[in-house]
Amino acid sequence: MNTHTSAPARNTKIMNRFDLTSRLIGKLKHDEAVVGGIGNTNFDLWAAGHRPQNFYMLGSMGLAFPIALGVALAQPKRKVFALEGDGSLLMQLGCLSTIATLAPKNLVMVVMDNGVYQITGSQPTPAAAVADIVAIAVASGLTNSVWAADEEDFERLLDQSLTTDGPTLIGVRIDDKPGTGQTRRDPVQIRERFMIGLGARQPL
Amino acid sequence: MAAAEAQTKAQSVGETTSSGTTSNGTTWHGIVLQSLKRNDIKLVPYVPDRVLTPLIKSLHADPYFTTFATSREEEAVGIVSGAWMGGLRAAVLMQTSGFATLANVLASLAMPYQIPLIMFVSERGTLGEFNYGQSLVCRTMRPVLDSLAMEHHTCTRLDEFEFIVDRSIKQALTTQAPVALILSPLLTGGKVLDK
Repeated sequence: MNTHTSAPARNTKIMNRFDLTSRLIGKLKHDEAVVGGIGNTNFDLWAAGHRPQNFYMLGSMGLAFPIALGVALAQPKRKVFALEGDGSLLMQLGCLSTIATLAPKNLVMVVMDNGVYQITGSQPTPAAAVADIVAIAVASGLTNSVWAADEEDFERLLDQSLTTDGPTLIGVRIDDKPGTGQTRRDPVQIRERFMIGLGARQPL
Repeated sequence: MAAAEAQTKAQSVGETTSSGTTSNGTTWHGIVLQSLKRNDIKLVPYVPDRVLTPLIKSLHADPYFTTFATSREEEAVGIVSGAWMGGLRAAVLMQTSGFATLANVLASLAMPYQIPLIMFVSERGTLGEFNYGQSLVCRTMRPVLDSLAMEHHTCTRLDEFEFIVDRSIKQALTTQAPVALILSPLLTGGKVLDK
């Protein structure tokens, strides 16, 4: 099925992005913010059910974690989740050290790792066969970074992140399926709804 | 050569010394700090630059500000975009060469999402540049800003600097549009080849 999992052997199941995103959204009961990275990551966030506290990136590849860091710094009492693809994160690995240094307690990062640029034709990333994203995160100073072994473990890690201080990073190995549906590409409305959803402004 | 530089500076900045200080002690970096405060801007990520050092030092020394280095300028743009959406005002400090890395994030995040991205850009590459690459990269900055119809000002004089900074911050916030304030060597003294 997935031909791009030649990375070092790990005891981790290959899961599905939409399924995992749906499991995450199902656990959010306190208007937690969710920032979805470019492409399939935010398509599946959209498909899992739009909520005003979701932010969908329509470009700026690699900035899901930095944007989420900004939200987390602005609203330290709100849990902020960031969903990012492995290819996207490779574009902005330095942000892991920035986040480790600032150590926002309310930030939870999820890396959806399929080893490929699925949306452009499933070309393998330069890291796919040789690098371990979670090990990179740990070495960047994010000591609370782990691979989720399977769906049940992912849910356990989410429960843990909702009740304990972060920053936390959860790596999940996913299949090479495309996203489910597509986000409505209306950046102003996305941003406005997000700000209203966060209570940062009131509608007219 | 040093004498020639000193003379050029004295002519171009009038009563301002090479470190951008007036006789009454007002500095360009003091004006930036006070203008940020006056406009409730508390978060200031940056990628450092020699000329920006006194500003960065004074921001770190002031508990009002949360200020820190990022690994890339676009990372800082992402952070301040998220912060603003969450209700926290912010600005980014960088050098000309750092601005040159931003075209994608300006066109895909700051502009289409209408984010009041406030940027202070220390200008390298002109008025005494000693690194050819810096002078080339500097020439890409204003065309990029103009191609996106982004507001930008080149700040050269201390006496009008506070007006430009304060008004530009307010305009960015009220119109939800980015602004770049380019800090000319005429204002800051710039960076010259170490003797």
